Amino acid sequence: MRVWAIMQRLFKELLRDKRTLALILGGPVIVLVLLNVLFSVNMTTHVRIAAVDVKQELRESLDDVKHISVTEYSSKKEAKKDITKDKTDTIIKQDDNHFNVTYANTDSSKTNAVKQALRSVLIKEQVKGLAKSNGQLVKQLKQLTQSLPPEVKGQLPTQNSSSNKQSAQKTKISNHYWYGDSDTGFFDKIVPIILSFFVFLFVFLISGLALLKERTSGTLDRLLATPVKRSNIVFGYMASYGLLAILQTLIIIFVAVWLLKVEIVGNIWSVLFINILVALVALAFGILLSTFAESEFQMIQFIPLIIVPQLLFSGLIPLDSMPNWAQVFAGIMPLKYAGDAQASIILYGKSITTEGLNIAVLLLFLVVLTIINVVGLKRYRKV
Amino acid sequence: MTEKVIALNHLVKKFGKNTILRNVNLTIYPGQIMGLIGPSGAGKTTIIKTMLGMEKADDGEALVFGEKMPNRQLLSRIGYMAQADALYTDLTGKENLEFFAKMKGIKKSQIEEEIKHQSEIVDLTDYLDQRVSTYSGGMMRRLSLAIALLGKPELLILDEPTVGIDPALRRQVWQELDRISKEGRAVLVTTHVMDEAESTDVVALILDGKIMASDTPAHLKEQYEVKTIEDVFLKAEGKL
Repeated sequence: MRVWAIMQRLFKELLRDKRTLALILGGPVIVLVLLNVLFSVNMTTHVRIAAVDVKQELRESLDDVKHISVTEYSSKKEAKKDITKDKTDTIIKQDDNHFNVTYANTDSSKTNAVKQALRSVLIKEQVKGLAKSNGQLVKQLKQLTQSLPPEVKGQLPTQNSSSNKQSAQKTKISNHYWYGDSDTGFFDKIVPIILSFFVFLFVFLISGLALLKERTSGTLDRLLATPVKRSNIVFGYMASYGLLAILQTLIIIFVAVWLLKVEIVGNIWSVLFINILVALVALAFGILLSTFAESEFQMIQFIPLIIVPQLLFSGLIPLDSMPNWAQVFAGIMPLKYAGDAQASIILYGKSITTEGLNIAVLLLFLVVLTIINVVGLKRYRKV
Repeated sequence: MTEKVIALNHLVKKFGKNTILRNVNLTIYPGQIMGLIGPSGAGKTTIIKTMLGMEKADDGEALVFGEKMPNRQLLSRIGYMAQADALYTDLTGKENLEFFAKMKGIKKSQIEEEIKHQSEIVDLTDYLDQRVSTYSGGMMRRLSLAIALLGKPELLILDEPTVGIDPALRRQVWQELDRISKEGRAVLVTTHVMDEAESTDVVALILDGKIMASDTPAHLKEQYEVKTIEDVFLKAEGKL
């Protein structure tokens, strides 16, 4: 009953603070759209291809593709020199039907554009080639059938179809990447982390500030002068900010999926569940740290100290390439576990049951921090 | 006047190396209005916080309704109004009252009536649906008092309740306190306004963490051979 009343009160206050509400719900949308613009496929990108030993026909049809220009190079060595100087974006070397493609890959949108163009052009060429060779074959066949004795005629159709198959199978593309690998698509990769990060940041700050305000305005003392249990206060905060996190996550997911066309392979409810957990951990963190802050200003100072490292170690930058101490350091960041779980669900479509360890660690953070908070309120009332 | 509402026995409270309260003895009976006066930093707020169980005595004991504080359940029988207004300014007056009524554990069926009654006393009935952020300073004080009065507590602890309110309202507040004491409920008031101290039943003079004197205003003036409580205060401080 008291938990419910505290939750109601916090939610009322939140709803009336229009600016904070707009920030919580609108802020992530704006940042998400901006990130998308910065990192996603840009259709007007101009891609330069260096062609080495590529047949003229193919070169021309590639050049005809929108936003792609092809330059002929005499050797691969020369082309490689230019790729390091950012004078070309892709090298295509042809050895008969084998295409050796090297992408600069510094911009994943360019890489994707070339991949698509090459594939479609090759298919077109193949169809054209087949039609041509078919035409020739038909002509040859006619001549042959006229000169051949009737007993050999029965074998001819088999020869025809087998030669067709051969030319279709022979085309092979092998991809190489100057930078990164085939997975490098930055925006798609950061969406799961950004999703959790926003919830963490906003819930951390706003809940921390709310409790701080409650302390400095004296309402916390007044609240504690009633027979309310300390745990009721903490749980009331949890309930209201948990609800807020659900709202925020739904908006972010909506924008990401329907507006920015980000693919969420896994279950949306799993994503939501993880984010609620993140919100609760952030809340517990915010409440804990607000007790160390004397003013709003000091609370803001925790952002570079607590929030930024979380973001850096959350998996945005691959952790396995970091030194050992840094990996251990990452181990104490709740956002790392959240990011891991969200990435598995959103990018790889894994079931939430495979994320048991990450969820368990988050729960552990939550339980420990909550206990510290409930006990910590003893600073303001001894029972 | 048999059962003591408050009994502080040899109370000692330290914050680190600073001793704030040294051997404080104080007794309040039902129906009494006690004025706690003393300079800033003398330990008035610490005494109140110990009574409410926000602080724990390092030595001695704080008994409220005969039971040792800190005790969470006893808090439902105490009304507390702090120096700061301590209101949720984004909520309306009524929402503030409702919230604290729920926190105090007042029965749902009685909340509406309680709010009506207390807001009449502090003359806020017409402003209940306004947000507190639109209230004047005096209105906030009155709302703060109304919250403390919720649930008709047997003990009312008011930390400087009349700071920043106009004389008319101040008189109104004191009339209400008189009425409360006539109902047999006890009131503890800290104040800086000396003529307010005159209208209390008992004045406790606190200086440097000790109760210097505790008696009726008339007796105190006699004892210190002065005409006003203000002079008692100054004499006790050694400035007269």
